[in-house]
Formats: sequence, C-alpha cells, structure tokens
Amino acid sequence: MNTVAVVGFSSAGTSLTTSGVETLVPVITAALEDAGLGRREVDFWCSGSSDYLAGRAFSFVSAVDAIGAVPPIAESHVEMDAAWALYEAYLKILAGEAETALVYGFGKGTAGDLDRVLSLQLDPYTVAPLWPGAVGIAALQARLALDAGLFTEDDMARVVGRRAEGPYLSCPLREHDVARVADGAAAVVLAASDRARRLRERPARISGFAHRVDPQGLGERDLTTVPSAVAAARDAGLDGTVDVAALHAPFTHQELLLREVVRAGSYLPFGANAMFSAGLSRIGSAAGEVMSGRARTAVGHATSGPALQQNLVCVLEA
Amino acid sequence: MDTLAAPLTIAFDYTRSLGPVLGRFMAGLRERRVLGARTSDGRVHVPPLEYDPVTHEPVTDLVEVSPTGTVVSWTWNPRPVEGQPLDRPFGWALIRLDGADTPLLHAVDAEDLNTGMRVRIRWSAQRTGHIRDIACFEPGESDISEISEEFEPVEIMTTPIRLHYQHTTSAEEDRYLRALEQGRIIGQRCPACRKVYVPPRVCPADGVAPDEVVEVADRGMVTTFCVVNVPFAGQRLTPPYVVAQVLLDGADIPISHLILGVEAADVRMGMRVAAVWRDRSRWSTTPENIDHFEPTGEPDAPYESYGEHL
Ligand SMILES: [Zn+2]
Repeated sequence: MNTVAVVGFSSAGTSLTTSGVETLVPVITAALEDAGLGRREVDFWCSGSSDYLAGRAFSFVSAVDAIGAVPPIAESHVEMDAAWALYEAYLKILAGEAETALVYGFGKGTAGDLDRVLSLQLDPYTVAPLWPGAVGIAALQARLALDAGLFTEDDMARVVGRRAEGPYLSCPLREHDVARVADGAAAVVLAASDRARRLRERPARISGFAHRVDPQGLGERDLTTVPSAVAAARDAGLDGTVDVAALHAPFTHQELLLREVVRAGSYLPFGANAMFSAGLSRIGSAAGEVMSGRARTAVGHATSGPALQQNLVCVLEA
Repeated sequence: MDTLAAPLTIAFDYTRSLGPVLGRFMAGLRERRVLGARTSDGRVHVPPLEYDPVTHEPVTDLVEVSPTGTVVSWTWNPRPVEGQPLDRPFGWALIRLDGADTPLLHAVDAEDLNTGMRVRIRWSAQRTGHIRDIACFEPGESDISEISEEFEPVEIMTTPIRLHYQHTTSAEEDRYLRALEQGRIIGQRCPACRKVYVPPRVCPADGVAPDEVVEVADRGMVTTFCVVNVPFAGQRLTPPYVVAQVLLDGADIPISHLILGVEAADVRMGMRVAAVWRDRSRWSTTPENIDHFEPTGEPDAPYESYGEHL
C-alpha cells in the first residue's frame, strides 16, 4: 500500500473578496513551489469552504478558477475545513488513484457575523432557531470544565501568554480566550511516498490520519471530554508524546482539553481562526516542523462543529 | 486597497418536516408540555433523540418531563443579536429539566445566574409548535402543568434565517464596475493564453490573475440563448423573454444579458446585438447600467465566429 507525505505548504492571512479566488492564486503557486511540483503535475485537487461564510452560492466553483481547470482536472470539494479535504486527498493517494494532490481551503470570515453564521451548524429544530452563537456555546463548555476543576481561568489565559484579567466577552471567556476571526487561505501538497522523496529530501510522512464526530446534541455528551478527538487520535495510531503539535482550538479552554488528548513536547501557538483553512493550516504548520528538521514527529489537528464536536488528527513523521 | 463593497442580506424561511418524534415534541410545547425521548438504557433525552444511540432503533417512547429544571452551565450574553430569544442582556444555560437525563440549551432571563440555580419555562403567549414556544427560562419553580388531552403532532416548522454580509469586490471587479459607471465595458487579458475576460477574472484555464486592461465594444453577437417561459418569485419581466450569452466584440468570453426589442421566437444564434444603456443620470457602478441588448439589424455572424463559445 502507498504511504502519503506532505511535501508543500503555504497560507495567507487575508482575503479581499468573498470569492477568495484572488487570494488563492498566490497561495497555490507558493505551495506548489514549496513542493517543487508543477501545476499540471497535480493529479487531484480538493478544497474546503462554505457558502454560508461568504454569503454567496457556489463560491467553491468560482474558486476553481484559481487552479486552472481547463483542460479538465480531477477535483472535489468538502463543505468543511479543508483538513477534511486533505483526508479525502490522502485516501485518493492511498487508493492509488492519484500520486499527487493539492488541497486548499479558503474563507472570508469577516464578511459576515461569524458568531451568527455558526449558529446554523447547530441542530436546526431545537437549537439553531435560538441563534446561540459559537462563543456562547464555547463559554458553556468552558464553565463546565472550570466547575469540574480541570483547569483555571489563569491556565486558560496562559495558553495565549496572558493573565486572566479584564472584562468577560461571554463569561468565563475573555477576549483573549477567543481566537480572532480572520480571513484566509491555505494550501497543502501531498505526494505518494516514492514521489515525495524525489520531490524533497525530508517530506513529512503521514503515519496516521483519522477523524471522528460526537453526537450533535449539546447535552448528549459530557462537554468536558472530547471523545471524538480521543477516538481519532487512537485511530491515527497516536501513541505517547510527539515532538510538536499544532492544535486547532478556537478557544483557550479547548486547547487545554485537546492537550490532554494530544501530548507534545511543544505546541505551536494558534493565531487566528481563518474558517475553513485554519485546520488545514495547522496540519501544514505541523508538517513544516518535520520538513524543516525542527521535529521528528508532529501532529496537526483540526476541529469542526460546536464545542469540539468533530475532530481530525494527522500524525506526521520524518 | 479599498475596492467597492456593499452590504448584502440573505434571508430565507426554512420549512422543515418534523417526523414522529420532533412533531410530538413541538406539539407538546404548543400545549405547554415538555416531552423527552426514552432510549433503551432508560435515559430520557430532552430535546428528544429520533434514534437510539445504542440500538440505532427509532425512538417511540416519549415521556413528559417537568417544565422546571436546574442550570448545569451558563454564560452571560451582554449583547444580544438579531434572532435571539431576548433583546436585552440575558444568560445562556444548559438546563436539565426534572425527569430528564440530558440538558437542553436555552436563554434565561435572570441577571444573577449560577450553576445549580432552579429555573422554569416562561411560555410564549403565541405558541405554534416551535422551539420558540419556550420564550425563555426564568428563576423559580413552576406549578404542576395541567394535563391536556391528546394532541396532533406538528408536521412542519418554519424558521426564518437572515444573514448579513459585507460583499467586497476584487481589484478586477472594482475596475470593471467603475468603468461601467462611465459607460465603458472593459475586460482584462490573461497573460498566459491572451484571452480577454469580461468581466475580468482569474483565467480558469491557466489559474493566473488577468493583466492588460482592454476596452471592448458594447455590441456583439448572441452565442446561445434561452426563452424564459417560467414565472418565478422576484421576476421583473413578463415571460416569455430571452436571456442570452452575448459575446462582445473584442471579448473572448460571453456575458449573460436580456435580449429585448424583438420577438422571443425571432432571436437566433449569431444574431448581432447592441447594448441599450439606461439614461446616463441613472448610471452607477452596476451592470444594470445596461438595461438590455437589442438586435442591430446587421447580418448574422457566421457560426465559426462563436462556435468555440458554446
Ligand atoms: Zn489564460
């Protein structure tokens, strides 16, 4: 069976338009340059984005302009963070249907009110009609963890190098506990292992990759635990402590909950939450640590849904 | 760089079929009763589950729980936004109703929230069989709820969705719209394949940003067209009318527009047409400056001149 490796990564922290096309062009070019791969050498393209974020229909179709789809290419899309598109591309290479793939995610999180937009990912019958927003739900999760004595507000603040002071945004979350909403795009290049070794000296081999989801009902699980992350880590073969991890935690208490699942010598700080590319960027950043030689083992993680409902774990090795 | 931007509101009323479990749950709310779903392990879920997470069998056993419960977790929402249950600061809480094993999320109208607080449902005056029949929760215990007779399940619930965006144009779109404001139509040339895109866009064949700005004519030929016979919401013309792809002289990609001033039955592929601009006083940065296209009376263009655009 094939193995798959990350051979290139690029990201941008801006997006001018709601289509994102013009942001993707340089990001995709840079990722391909990083991998030493030509655009016509990409066997499979896969993207992650959401029309709700941009407020326009079929935004992923206009984004295909950025990759040059004539003559026809093999292309797919997930209405999720592009980390899940990476999973699809990974399977495509594992199955021998492609030798190389480029995965990209994009979104203009600042085009709308992200907190309201994210209400629409909740149960459409009993929760979404209340418009509770992502921050409010995260705050309910944080309080449960604080009440359970898992950590303190100071511990949360230390995740971002701060102290627990200042007004609450949505108590017990302060402004520094909530990752800034950002626009962005990211691209990761994958290759089957033989090809990967020809492309670069030190590819980041994917030794395990899995994603799992917890029930949608917010009351259906103990929100202080992350069963889907635990299961994904187990399925990805994560065992013991890796050199470095890049966790996709939009809230500081979620970083602490996830660090219990993914143990690492160090954690790459999470800057801003560029919806639909942030998770892919975490994997790209983790892979970058391996490709540069700074780490031998790394984990890239992505989350989706409210209160860490869905989690993806990608284990990378030199 | 400040490119043209404009507010955009998207609104849609979602109508959802409820099925046997949620239909009874919502009907219960209309009667001021809360029903939970009992699963095979004996646990009572509120809101109800439609399928048993252990056996994966459909849930059929609905049991009534109390409209009073205990706050399991809470947060404060200092700035309510559109659509939320209350328009003044309020709390969000996970509330486990007496008799239920799982908490539900709702708003609490109380300033001194704390974990363990006892709260009860404040019912909406107008109840339709919707989660919003619960107006919010408030501190206190409720009276024993009156038992009403059997009631018909709710079949459909409607939830209005309104989202607001700031739509921003790219540099190329901005340039195109500003030219339209002056009554000019511009395209941009792909540096790789040399094709002129109108409106300018990243070349879908080459994946590169467009380059040289090219002025194109406000006349061209119909490549293909359709006759709209179907009425739809928001329609501005009375069917039948023609929407066509118009390949402007100097462009390598057609634009979509209306063909008027001619019977729908007389529109042809290759027909030469020209833009009919609105009155100059009404021009702004919008494609609507061109009201429609009309036949020029010139001889039809030969098939070879537009064949590759079909
Ligand atoms: Zn081109």
